[in-house]
Amino acid sequence: MFYWLQKNLPKIVIAPSFAVILWFVYGFVLWTFYVSLTKSKMLPRYDFWGIDQHFRLWSNPRWYIAVENLLIFTVLFVIICLLIGILLSILLDQKIRAEGFLRTIYLYPMALSFIVTGTAWKWMLNPSMGIEKLFTDWGFTDFTFDWLVNREMSIYTIVIAAVWQSSGFVMALFLAGLRSIDDEIVKAAKIDGASIYSIYVTIILPMMRPVFMSSIVILLHISIKSYDLVIALTGGGPGISSDMPAVFMTAMAFHRSEIGLASASAVMMFLTILAIIVPYLYSELRRQDANA
Amino acid sequence: MQTLDFQEMEKIERSTYRKRTFFRWLLFLVLGLFAFYYLAPLYVMIVTSLKTMEEIRQGNLMSLPGNIIFDSWKTAWSGRGGIDAGNVFLRPFFWNSIKMVVPAVMISTFFGALNGYALTKWRFRGDNVVFLMFLFGCFIPYQAILLPMARTLGVLGISNSITGLVVVHSIYGLSFTTLFFRNYYVSIPDEMIKAARIDGASFFKIFFKVLLPISAPIIVVTVIWQFTNIWNDFLFGSSFSFGEAAPIQVALNNMVLTSTSVKEYNVDMAAAFIAGIPTLLVYVLAGKYFIRGLTAGSVKG
Amino acid sequence: MYKEFLKYTVGFLFSAGMTVSPALAGGEAEVLHWWTSGGEAKALQVLKDDFAKKGGIWKDMPVAGGGGDAANVTLKARIVAGDPPTASQIKGPTIQENDEAGVVAPYHIHDVATAENWDSLLSSQVANHMKCDGFTKYCAAPVNIHRIDWFWANKKVLDSHGLKMPTSWDEFNAAASKLQSAGIIPFAHGGQPWQDATVFEAVMLGIGGNEFYQKAIVELDMNALSGSTMVKVFDQMRKLQGFTDKGMPGRDWNVATAMVMKGEAAFQIMGDWAKGEFSNAGMKPGIDFYCLPTPSNHGYLYNVDSFIFYGMKGKSKVNGQKMLASSIMGKNFQKIFNIYKGSIPARLDVPMDEFDMCAKGSASDLKYSAMTGGLLPSFAHGMALRNAQKGAIQDVVTEHFNSNMSSHEAARRLADAVQASM
Repeated sequence: MFYWLQKNLPKIVIAPSFAVILWFVYGFVLWTFYVSLTKSKMLPRYDFWGIDQHFRLWSNPRWYIAVENLLIFTVLFVIICLLIGILLSILLDQKIRAEGFLRTIYLYPMALSFIVTGTAWKWMLNPSMGIEKLFTDWGFTDFTFDWLVNREMSIYTIVIAAVWQSSGFVMALFLAGLRSIDDEIVKAAKIDGASIYSIYVTIILPMMRPVFMSSIVILLHISIKSYDLVIALTGGGPGISSDMPAVFMTAMAFHRSEIGLASASAVMMFLTILAIIVPYLYSELRRQDANA
Repeated sequence: MQTLDFQEMEKIERSTYRKRTFFRWLLFLVLGLFAFYYLAPLYVMIVTSLKTMEEIRQGNLMSLPGNIIFDSWKTAWSGRGGIDAGNVFLRPFFWNSIKMVVPAVMISTFFGALNGYALTKWRFRGDNVVFLMFLFGCFIPYQAILLPMARTLGVLGISNSITGLVVVHSIYGLSFTTLFFRNYYVSIPDEMIKAARIDGASFFKIFFKVLLPISAPIIVVTVIWQFTNIWNDFLFGSSFSFGEAAPIQVALNNMVLTSTSVKEYNVDMAAAFIAGIPTLLVYVLAGKYFIRGLTAGSVKG
Repeated sequence: MYKEFLKYTVGFLFSAGMTVSPALAGGEAEVLHWWTSGGEAKALQVLKDDFAKKGGIWKDMPVAGGGGDAANVTLKARIVAGDPPTASQIKGPTIQENDEAGVVAPYHIHDVATAENWDSLLSSQVANHMKCDGFTKYCAAPVNIHRIDWFWANKKVLDSHGLKMPTSWDEFNAAASKLQSAGIIPFAHGGQPWQDATVFEAVMLGIGGNEFYQKAIVELDMNALSGSTMVKVFDQMRKLQGFTDKGMPGRDWNVATAMVMKGEAAFQIMGDWAKGEFSNAGMKPGIDFYCLPTPSNHGYLYNVDSFIFYGMKGKSKVNGQKMLASSIMGKNFQKIFNIYKGSIPARLDVPMDEFDMCAKGSASDLKYSAMTGGLLPSFAHGMALRNAQKGAIQDVVTEHFNSNMSSHEAARRLADAVQASM
């Protein structure tokens, strides 16, 4: 008995958390899936209807806009955050003065909620109050920066604000990564006559693979969940041009009495997450196990 | 890393030296430009909060206030009293958020540490699958699970309380905290644990005596992360706690997002800033440890 | 700690109430609303005070944002948790939708309504909105009537260009073109979906007429939705879009109102809550600004704010509901509340002499329109349709207004979207 307890203690310790996750994540996902098969309107109902809600979802033009925007946003957001994060971390790693100060400046936006971020950027990007007005006031009368009110460009303003909020965090992750690399490796490469550029590209960055993984996980989670920022910055507009799946789902579930349809869209989001994350993470874990 | 030490520097020709200085300047220029990008919105927020409404209407968003007045800060924090009875202000809700954040951060961090420990130092069959299942929780859009959550809390009888919020945040924090601790503990040599095991130390003894004492860096990271996320949450706050028990983000929202009244941008900005002060402080004061913690945890994970 | 404090406070108030008016003590009401600032907060304070005077305990539950969008999330979480608030700011057909979901019965306030004879105090149209159980039992109480189809205009701007308030859409277009060439923004607008929808319904009422509005919006007649009249409505929307300025998208309505006040812009279409902005700035109706209905054949688009009362357990809560319902319908409350809010009382017997000329005009127009069939529910403000259909129409309207979609395409999509939402 005691032996059994000791042997299984790790599992017993994880069990409560795991049980909670099973119910509050997987149970709710299943619930959502089932509700997407019902006619639920204002409140959830449980009589089975079929997959009609999914057909309705994919014949809804607004949903296509939301999906397209999510794609644009995710790709740009992740890539730009990584680029800025890597660039800043490498620059900060040049043993410069004021590093602590600059680091804090780059990192602080992470502390602010997306609602605050959105409110601040809404000011900055508004053509009649923000940057555009500033430049015209300074005499650049031809200057235009109207992305916020331009339906073709509004999704990019969300990218700007989101990058502002999150890229500092990526910088921190990469800076941490750079700091933990053994100086000897770099020195050895230098003696061999490698240029700084090639040292970074061929030696250091490949060693950052785990940092890439952590960053991408965190960035993807932000992008798939993005709701607050869209609401605060563009409200999904102009029109519905900057709609996103989480915004669509919330509108349907809570403002439109279309809980069934909303659940169908939520199911799509879950499947997307699974399709992107799981294979990637699993291969990463495999590698780790192999290395260990 | 590749800055050259003094002796080497002596040997370099003058032209290379000039090239170096040029790059040095370029480096600072780029860093400075980015600093501007990151600081501009904060500057606008603070400057706007110190202006009168008249100045806001007249001037542009970069212009400095004529004379600095903290009236809007006062209004945002403690209301205007008298004439504006019924309007929302932040002070009463600040404490609510503290009462929610502190236990939720502690609970989720503790269990995350325990999970990370069990998943890495006491490997069992299927542990990777268990870990993956935890990870999926990071990505759940909370709007999607709000209704079953409400139902569950209703059945438990905590749907309308700070307790309910603590429970919700603890649960959805678990995925992240487990991820952080797991990645940290993976990098700690198994030999340490093995040695302790041979000495006959139990599961919990190893955890408390061996691992926790060296976990400070990742605890800092996790606490900062959880504190920020929970403090900034609006959705759960507005769904599971109401009226006088609402957290500060709900009050901020009520101040800033009214649909039909005169917009006082200075008060809005002051309120947004006040609501962000605790998290800002955490980042500014503990930022250094944050990077250190990440250094210790992220790379080998 | 806090709970204990509340318990003692409640206990104290309870015992204090006992000594004063034992019959009314012990009523409590938790009220979900989104009136958190300015005139609305002030107006609501009147209700809070009135309720407290009767010995009730008001638990405030404000969730602002998106004209009730955020509050909707909160409300649903509460209902699903099995613990709905005592009263919630809900209006239009959503009241009946709530009832069909089974959360409103057994209509605790119906007794109060019968005893106070609400049927005789309200117009039949407003009364019907307040009834559940197949429009037989009162389950909600109205606080006001807003008119939606208003033109707000800067008188000085019009005068200096020799213009009068337009009485037809053609006149408006001509005036707007003239203003535009003079460098004035003819039409102040905030490009948010609900504002686009507000303009759209005013235009439809004018161009299509009362019967068309009834057919297309209230009855959702497919031919009307996709027909040639609807195309003309969208044509006018396109013209209006040309009269706006670049900063329009995402702008808050009151910022647009401020543009009219400052004379940067000439006209705005907005409900009568816009009046508060003018009067706060010390501007007088008829002297500094105009408040006249948008051109239509004596149409009147109404928007009635109301509180729904959910099915409750517990004597204190049910008591609270009854007391609150009675407070809301109080004659004096309806007067003071609506003076603050800019609307007119839902009760018909409230004397109007303390109101301004916009409100007086609204009240007399309402009577005339009610007789001639022009009194119609606003769809943009959730009085005409359920949320699914309202949202479907709103999506198309806002997409059209913010893009270069053709009017034919928009009309076609309108019918499709409504069909798909059924």
